[in-house]
Amino acid sequence: MSTSSAIIGWKNLTLGCAILEPGSSRKLKTGDWRSQHPVLDKEKCIKCAICYIDCPDIAYSQNEEGYFIADMTYCKGCGICANECPKDAITMKMEEE
Amino acid sequence: MAKRVGMEVSLGVSEAVKVADVDVIAAYPITPQTHIVEHLAELVANGELDAEFIPVESEHSAMSSCVGSSATGARTYTASSSQGLALMHEILYIVPALRLPVVMTIANRALSGPINIWNDHSDIMSERDIGWVQTFAENGQEAFDLSIHAFRVAEDHSVLLPVIVNLDGFTLTHVVEPFEILDRAEVAKYLPPYKPVQRLDPEHPMTMGAVGIPEVYTEAKKQVEDALVKSKSVVIQAWKEFGDLFGRYYHPVETYKTEGAETLLLTMGSVSETAMTAIDKMREAGKKVGLVRFRLWRPFPFEEFFEAVKGVKTLAVMDRAMSPGGPCGPVAAEVRAALYDQPNRPKVFSFVAGLGGRDVQVSDFEEIVSRAEIYAEKGAPATYDLIGVREI
Repeated sequence: MSTSSAIIGWKNLTLGCAILEPGSSRKLKTGDWRSQHPVLDKEKCIKCAICYIDCPDIAYSQNEEGYFIADMTYCKGCGICANECPKDAITMKMEEE
Repeated sequence: MAKRVGMEVSLGVSEAVKVADVDVIAAYPITPQTHIVEHLAELVANGELDAEFIPVESEHSAMSSCVGSSATGARTYTASSSQGLALMHEILYIVPALRLPVVMTIANRALSGPINIWNDHSDIMSERDIGWVQTFAENGQEAFDLSIHAFRVAEDHSVLLPVIVNLDGFTLTHVVEPFEILDRAEVAKYLPPYKPVQRLDPEHPMTMGAVGIPEVYTEAKKQVEDALVKSKSVVIQAWKEFGDLFGRYYHPVETYKTEGAETLLLTMGSVSETAMTAIDKMREAGKKVGLVRFRLWRPFPFEEFFEAVKGVKTLAVMDRAMSPGGPCGPVAAEVRAALYDQPNRPKVFSFVAGLGGRDVQVSDFEEIVSRAEIYAEKGAPATYDLIGVREI
């Protein structure tokens, strides 16, 4: 987990714990939390973008072919995309060692 | 020049907020605070005060709006009381956590139930640990002066914390008193324009109020506590500068006829003036009594308090709020805890009086002192005395 930057003494915190750097949430690699990952069956996918819309980590983006692919740096394996996919094109697979 | 006027104290507070040149007021009316914000709404409407007045739908929204407004760097004010303050509760902790210098007047009033609109301190004593600087006014002049002082302290770059000025509902808010009001030019000499250290600005995006994970929360609380404790020197310095400019000096702990006193009364707020009359009467009768009052309640003025009670045998603390099932009133509990490790500490006895607007008279203070003296000699009950309660 990328919390090491938070392990600092109170004297070094910013005023009111404000985050002064825009977009710094990108540094929190939530993919480290994952115990399972989504696998897309392109045969079933209709490119409806529901996975892209519903992903709580905005991990999905559209590739050149028009399919939506989750970025494993940020996908934390919650399975919402698999659950919401209207064509059951996404299945969750356990991570292996 | 300072102008001497006869004015309702609530309107005096509004005038103080006006000459402090606030940018935003977000407030919801509640008795006995209403006249303050009503008059401010008039001042904004008639162009005397160039500010935004946000007529919110609740006190929860009032304080939430103040957070947003202050975060953008605007000088921000609100006022509330009793149930209204209670409704703000969850937001109150967030304001110092974000280091926002919001100033709020509390027209102190009892909490329901039974429903009661009159004065005691149960509203503010329920908000003891919110992390705000808290001062208490005893009369109209103090309410005006402390309101100006509040902005100066809150916005000091070494403080950047919100400040509450307490004044007793009705007893102060609804009475007409003679006092000196300062004009904007005079106040400008004391209170410079607010320069935020950081603020929400689309040109320089930043996040306020992010989650504080377990690795951060303790440190975040420590940062605010450190600022609150250190704010005492700014509070004192700002009072000194106020006195140097305008001739009225204030201190964290005020004393009255404490020289040679063996027994001290301890009060907060407007009853202190009645207590002074009681002290005069008892002194004339040869009793060695005096009075000590907290003007600064948070941060707790330890050193000044220890100095004020030095050599005293008995301390009778008058609370205006109860702690049902607890050992004593909230002020007495703090005083006892603060004194516990002090050598030659006085015995502390707890008295609760003046609840829900019950009048506190000179005779009540005489009774408190005489009971405290008896307890000092013969031992006291483990809890507190409720003064003036009818048994049958």
